Amino acid sequence: MTNGWIDIKNTDMMLIMGGNPAENHPCGFKWPIEAKLNRNAKMIVVDPRLTRTAAIADLYLQIRAGADIAFLGGLINYAIQNNRIAHDYLVNFTNAAFLIKEGFKLPEDGLYSGFDSEKKTYDKATWNYEEGGDLTGKAVAAMAAAGAAAHKAHTSDTGGGQGHQAASRMGAKGSAGTPPPPMLPPKVAYDLSLHHPRCVFQLLKQQYSRYTPEMVERITGIPQDQFLKAADMFTSIRKDGDMKQVATIIYAVGWTQHSFGTQIIRTAAMLQLLLGNVGRAGGGVNALRGHSNIQGATDMAGIFEILPGYLKMPTPADTDFAAYLKRITPTASKPTQWDSFNYWSNTPKFAVSFLKAMYGPAATKQNDWAFHYLPKIDRNYSWVNIWNDMYEGKVKGLFAFGMNGVMIGPDSQKNIDALKKADWLVVCEIYPDETSEFWKAPGISPDEMKKIATTVYRLPGAGFAEKDGTFVNSARWLQWKNVALPPPGQAKVDQEILATIFLKVRGLYQKEGGKFPDPILNLSWAYTDRKNPSLSEVAKEINGKALADITDPKTNQTYKAGQQLPGFAALKDDGTTMSGNWLYCGSWTEAGAMIQRRGTEDPSGLGVYPNWAWSWPMNRRVMYNRASCDLDGKPWDDSRPQVWWDEAKQSWVGNDVPDFKPDSNPKDHMGPFIMNPEGVGRLFVPLGAMADGPFPEYYEPIESPIANPLHPNQNNNPVVKKYKTDMDKYGSVDQGYNVICTTYRLTEHYHYWTKNNPMNVQLVPEPFVEIPVELADKLTVRGGDKIKVTSARSTYIAKAMVTRRIRPMKIDGKDTFQIGIPIHWGFRGIAEDEDKTAKTLANQLTPTVIDPNAFTPEFKGFLVKVEKA
Amino acid sequence: MSDRRTLQIKQISAHPGPIPGEGVQRDLEVCKLVDTTTCIGCKACEVACVEWNDMPFTPTTFDNTYQTMPETAWSFWNLIKFNEHQREDGTIQWLMRKDQCMHCADPGCLRACPADGAIVQYSNGIVDFNQENCIGCEFCVSGCPFNIPKFNPTTKKVYKCTLCSDRVGQGLEPACIKACPTGCLKFGSKDDMKFIAEERAQQLREHFGYANAGVYDPASIGGTHVIYVLHDATRPELYGGLPKDPQIPWSYTVWKWLAKPVLGTLALFGLLGVCLHYVTVGPRKSQPEPPPRKER
Amino acid sequence: MEFSRRTFLKSTLVGGVGLSALGFDLTPVYAQTQGLKISRATETRSTCPYCSVSCGVIIYTLGDKAKNAIPQVVHVEGDPDHPINRGTLCPKGSSLEQDILNDRRLLKPQVRRPGSDHWEDISWEDAYNEIAQKVKKTRDDTFLEKDPAGHTVNRCEGLAFTGGCTDTNEFNYLVVKTMRSLGVCYLENQARV
Repeated sequence: MTNGWIDIKNTDMMLIMGGNPAENHPCGFKWPIEAKLNRNAKMIVVDPRLTRTAAIADLYLQIRAGADIAFLGGLINYAIQNNRIAHDYLVNFTNAAFLIKEGFKLPEDGLYSGFDSEKKTYDKATWNYEEGGDLTGKAVAAMAAAGAAAHKAHTSDTGGGQGHQAASRMGAKGSAGTPPPPMLPPKVAYDLSLHHPRCVFQLLKQQYSRYTPEMVERITGIPQDQFLKAADMFTSIRKDGDMKQVATIIYAVGWTQHSFGTQIIRTAAMLQLLLGNVGRAGGGVNALRGHSNIQGATDMAGIFEILPGYLKMPTPADTDFAAYLKRITPTASKPTQWDSFNYWSNTPKFAVSFLKAMYGPAATKQNDWAFHYLPKIDRNYSWVNIWNDMYEGKVKGLFAFGMNGVMIGPDSQKNIDALKKADWLVVCEIYPDETSEFWKAPGISPDEMKKIATTVYRLPGAGFAEKDGTFVNSARWLQWKNVALPPPGQAKVDQEILATIFLKVRGLYQKEGGKFPDPILNLSWAYTDRKNPSLSEVAKEINGKALADITDPKTNQTYKAGQQLPGFAALKDDGTTMSGNWLYCGSWTEAGAMIQRRGTEDPSGLGVYPNWAWSWPMNRRVMYNRASCDLDGKPWDDSRPQVWWDEAKQSWVGNDVPDFKPDSNPKDHMGPFIMNPEGVGRLFVPLGAMADGPFPEYYEPIESPIANPLHPNQNNNPVVKKYKTDMDKYGSVDQGYNVICTTYRLTEHYHYWTKNNPMNVQLVPEPFVEIPVELADKLTVRGGDKIKVTSARSTYIAKAMVTRRIRPMKIDGKDTFQIGIPIHWGFRGIAEDEDKTAKTLANQLTPTVIDPNAFTPEFKGFLVKVEKA
Repeated sequence: MSDRRTLQIKQISAHPGPIPGEGVQRDLEVCKLVDTTTCIGCKACEVACVEWNDMPFTPTTFDNTYQTMPETAWSFWNLIKFNEHQREDGTIQWLMRKDQCMHCADPGCLRACPADGAIVQYSNGIVDFNQENCIGCEFCVSGCPFNIPKFNPTTKKVYKCTLCSDRVGQGLEPACIKACPTGCLKFGSKDDMKFIAEERAQQLREHFGYANAGVYDPASIGGTHVIYVLHDATRPELYGGLPKDPQIPWSYTVWKWLAKPVLGTLALFGLLGVCLHYVTVGPRKSQPEPPPRKER
Repeated sequence: MEFSRRTFLKSTLVGGVGLSALGFDLTPVYAQTQGLKISRATETRSTCPYCSVSCGVIIYTLGDKAKNAIPQVVHVEGDPDHPINRGTLCPKGSSLEQDILNDRRLLKPQVRRPGSDHWEDISWEDAYNEIAQKVKKTRDDTFLEKDPAGHTVNRCEGLAFTGGCTDTNEFNYLVVKTMRSLGVCYLENQARV
């Protein structure tokens, strides 16, 4: 979330789409309701089903699963056509005025410039800013020039020289393994009048002019009048350019789980930039996130392509530490008259401090801070590839700590078959789960079981109440929890299990030697109880400390060797500081554990709660909050003042921690989006940050019932690749798969966990499939009858819930049904063990295909056929 | 003195003579407010109720609905009722209403009950069942206009929501109220709840286009200590059969009217109750135990 | 009318009706002052492990932390001080007691041997030793120091680690430390899906 849960109470308008917070985040959902109660805020819900969120919406629209970019693109078009945009914000806080290179082409035919149809990748050289200066008022001349230059071939893009690869925004996933792309020009050409035909705003306008209400209806199935009602309602906050009101956009995996998921989210972010809603109380783009600590797991680099704090993983081309730093440290790219903080310019300090935390004294300047202890990656090692590559025999051993990969899928059967080929599997769990028992999945005969050679260890871990440590919620709050009771039986806390395994492995390398033992032998592991590290010791290490007496040149503050550091501004790139994750530096300082704070005061009434726990970065509760002020540093809305420029103090001050260079005078025109090298928000994403286009374009899901109405010859996301094992099958309408299926959670259950909890099982005892009344009539199925849902992969059997909450739709003129399947049931659980279910898995149906940017599978919007069982 | 710390009684079922301890302390009339327009049917209240009261888990089966079970049960006092309502324009409204004891000002159950002290009404408005005194005759079941009290065939007693009288007696809000994620449940004085409910109804009428929004606090039973805000107060029956004009069966009204002034007849009715109990339930075989605690 | 010794012990009469010295009274009980089941339980502040709202919860355990009392959960309720949930909990958070105290919990290490159709118990020590040997063998078998172009890669593609959503920051950090030092590239988490 750019903002936070409580902050939603400050909003005037909500668009909830690709998320179902009433069901999946009920306690956070009180804040949208507070906005309704206290501000008469309106709530628009767009979802394939009338969910419990939609039940209390002021306007609900039923959308075809996966058609979100068409809807949001339509909103962008509507906002521009009706001039419901935040003009000053747009010109000064986004790259709307920046010029794009000649030769860049919009995807009228479904492809941007630079597509290599053989490799299915883009050469992104033209997806870049034009180098130059202020072209404001020179648009007419430029237009003539542009016409003349239109046929010129792409120019090579090494001209900038000083620039670097565009740094991803926080949380973005870089594309691993590609050679360093061209660089951003340090001086960008721009036209503040926004008239230049190659300025981002004009390109944006042109791109989404194709997303007419008529086109929105054809793709999404939402009738034009309903779409226009929603568009009018949502953009009404910017009526006549008034900046007082704020709208928020709230989403979850309904957006991410598509083969174009990242681009859906980008469309929303662009809409919010266009309306000037980012950085403001009650605004922003807010990812609900689905689990207790996946925000923390992302921050802490539980995913393959990053290191803690979103540092990029090294690649083989990074032949030494300097080359690595050069690649991952961006330099500013902006109009010359403007300023850019370019916070990622501090990358070397973060990287060295991380390596010092990893390898302690073994990381020295002489050995490049042990840079080569880290593995180098040059391809995709993401979730789906673990299973794919295990299926192909490459991955031999798997640790699953609280991660039920068989249930999660996609294509659960493929994951089961992959595990059959592994040598060993170590599962740490608190309940018997499908992954640890893959070898006795339904359908495996005794003979087949004998042939499964995988050794499986199932280790009893500790539940949440039995261990301490920190979770990070979706509002980026780090909150410490306490131990309430010991684990039952012989169960152990997870850190003890992991630490003991590691120390045993290290012992073997000490004794026997082996391949490149150095990182194992030299890993810093100086915990008081090495076999069971205290998590508070670990938390302090993550924050970081001084390794020598150091002085901050700016504040003249001195930190003695061994002292906890107060924040990432104190980190050094000379080996005198260490920090396991720079982003969390400030979470456990000399003043104590900020993450354990319990201050309940909220002086501003904006829901900031500055003394409750701690949020990254540096306890800021609303990110990019400088954008909550106008050019002069005054809040757009003085009834919700977050931060502001104090002329007397020559400093940014406020109710929140300014997310900005504190002494940057508004006159210097520093951009509020300090993590971008441009300093401004990106309507257009230059160069390598996105694999599939600098603007989002609508593509059909990998399995869809129609040809893409925008460009029938380019149906799917052009850079998305299908998988090629014999398990990977993709269905089409011709094969009889003519119903759109989506998957989701229910509020009564939590993934594959509460099926072990008798209370939750009582609330919803059995699996079911939600189908429209009209489809049920066609199949002569009544509520409670068993039905069979079949995709190109597999079959799912459950009772039908016949409902009017999912209506039949007209998609591009075709009558189409959508159905929905809750994901919660497997082959181990209370109901399962009592033989009350068919023991099929929802994710046996889902296809193996991933978003090219975030590598998240397309769990939503695939094709099935439905029959009476 | 311990009695100073307990809830103050206002009415006792089938009780001869004055109410013990009546009028020795002031009391606040409490009330639960259920705003159906912000209820998301999450069932947190259902779970909080089962958990706080340590009730055993009840097997359920799929019934083509999100609703946990068709009606409240002796071990499930709090049920969200889900209703799909098709508006005139064809769109669907998914209505959710928390169903539980309404804690009526004039409780039909208490009027109907022939067992001395099986049902009491505290002066704060809570209507509570004392299973110790219950004879299992189920008159209360038929006396209730909301179909709330439920008989447990094992213990041969009747159970229902207590409005967490144990918590309220100790200064805490009821468990369901505390849990409610959206704040559609509120708890406080009846005056405050009425005020908040009316304001919300007005807001719904003025700002959200619900012309018929209103408050459900039926006068036919003297008002209730659970009140609803409804999108359409003219059609409470859409919300899982909430009666528009709830009535206590006339027989119980008449009985009450007869019984109250004639103390002597009360004992007779008590006896009648015992006889009826014998007829309907049968002779007591052994000392029943309270609802089984959950197995560990 | 019914009464019992249990009734007598559990209840207090209201309204000044005295108890007889024998411990029996023919007057029915009208109101009860039951103590709260949590009034002397130990309170521990924690965070709900389910969704990403991270509601504050209070776990009530039996006993007052005296040495001989083995804590066991008796109730879980929302933390009213927590700024986001303010004491509220959803149906999953409200049932956390059953997550902690659940007869389906795994209580001892087990192993399924190749070709076997059942779980066998194994001691922690044996499990650790066997796992460590397997990790080392897989790593040594699949470790790659240089890629075909001669660049240092120092990676191990035979090993994968998948972490769950309730793994804490501190645990995840230990995972990064240990797994990256083993050369693991396939390092993934629920955060992806």
